[in-house]
Amino acid sequence: MQWNLSDNRPIYLQLMDTITLAITSGALPAGSRLPSVRELAAQAGVNPNTMQRALSELERSGLLYSQRTAGRFVTDQFANITQKRKELAMEQIQAFLSSMKDMGYSTEETIELIRQAEKEEEK
Amino acid sequence: MSEPILQCTGLCKSYGKKDALRDVTFALERGRIVGLLGPNGSGKSTLIKLANGLLTPTAGEIRIAGNLPGPITHAQVSYLPERTYLSDWMTADDLLKFFSNFYEDFNLDKAADMLTRLGISPKDSLKTMSKGTKEKIQLAVVMSREADLYLLDEPIGGVDPAARDYILNTILTNYNENSTVVISTHLISDIEKVLDDVIFLHQGQITLHKTVDDIREEYGKSVDALFREVFAC
Repeated sequence: MQWNLSDNRPIYLQLMDTITLAITSGALPAGSRLPSVRELAAQAGVNPNTMQRALSELERSGLLYSQRTAGRFVTDQFANITQKRKELAMEQIQAFLSSMKDMGYSTEETIELIRQAEKEEEK
Repeated sequence: MSEPILQCTGLCKSYGKKDALRDVTFALERGRIVGLLGPNGSGKSTLIKLANGLLTPTAGEIRIAGNLPGPITHAQVSYLPERTYLSDWMTADDLLKFFSNFYEDFNLDKAADMLTRLGISPKDSLKTMSKGTKEKIQLAVVMSREADLYLLDEPIGGVDPAARDYILNTILTNYNENSTVVISTHLISDIEKVLDDVIFLHQGQITLHKTVDDIREEYGKSVDALFREVFAC
C-alpha cells in the first residue's frame, strides 16, 4: 500500500481511503488477513491509535471484520467490495462531470470526448 | 478511567520575576503519544524538568501516576534531556552497561539491537561520533527502558530528515499500550502524523489541548498550519 498523507484532512480518513482502495483494487484480496495494527501503523508512519480508529471505522462499514484471536481480515462478502468500488467510481465520475460542466460541456459532449480520447489512446 | 500518567494542577514556575509557567492544568492518559508544542521560551522544557523533579514548582503540583516527583517516579520516567549528557570517554558498549546498571527496567537486548540497526559498533567511542549519531544513540537508550512515561525534550532537533524518520519510527515501535510518550518540539510537520494529542503552550499557558484529527476536522488544516497561524510573529 502507498501511504500518501496530505496535510489538511484528518489522518484516519486518509488511512481509510488508502486501505479501501487497496481492497477495491484487489491489492488486499477478499478474505485475506491484515497485518497487525502496529505493523500497519509503522508502515504508514502514523500513530497506532489513529490506525486503530481507521480500521474500526472500516469494520463498521463492512469492508473488514475481526476475529477475536486470529486477527483482522478483509471481508469475504464480494458484494460489499463491489458496492464500495462502484461508490468510489461514482464519486470520481460526478466530480469529473461537474468540472466538465464548469468548462461548458454537456454530459453528452463529455461522453463523446471520452470516446475520442479512448480512440487516440488505442493508436 | 485509570489514573492519569501525568497530571498538572495549577502548576506555576517563576524564575525570579519571569513567569515560565502560569496556572497550567491538564492530565494525560496512558497509551498516548503527545506533542508538547510551543515557540522558543514558551515553557516546554520547564514543564518537562518539573516532571523530572529537576525543578520544583513555585505553586501548584505535578504528579506522575499519582506521585510527586521523587525516587518512585524517577523509576517510571525515561527522560531525554535537550542537551546530551553522555561522557565522551565511553564506548557504545560502556553506555549500555551503564544504563543497564542504573535502571532496572532497561532492556539491554533491545538497545543492543537498535545500535546494530543504526550501524553503531559496541566498540565505537562516543568521542568519535557526530552530533546526530550521539542523539540517535541517546534516544535508543532512553527508548530501551520499559518506562511508564517517556519525556523527550527536542528529540529530533539536531538530526537530518532521514534520521528523523528513523527516530520517529523508533518511538512508534517501542512504546507500549500502557505508556505515554511526551515529545516537545517546534518541528511540527515532521511529527504530526505520529501524535495522538497536541498541547499548545504559549507564554507559559496552555492554549489548546486536542487530538490531531480533531484539529484537522475542526480547522480544516494541519497542526503545523494552525501553529504557524496561532504563533505568527
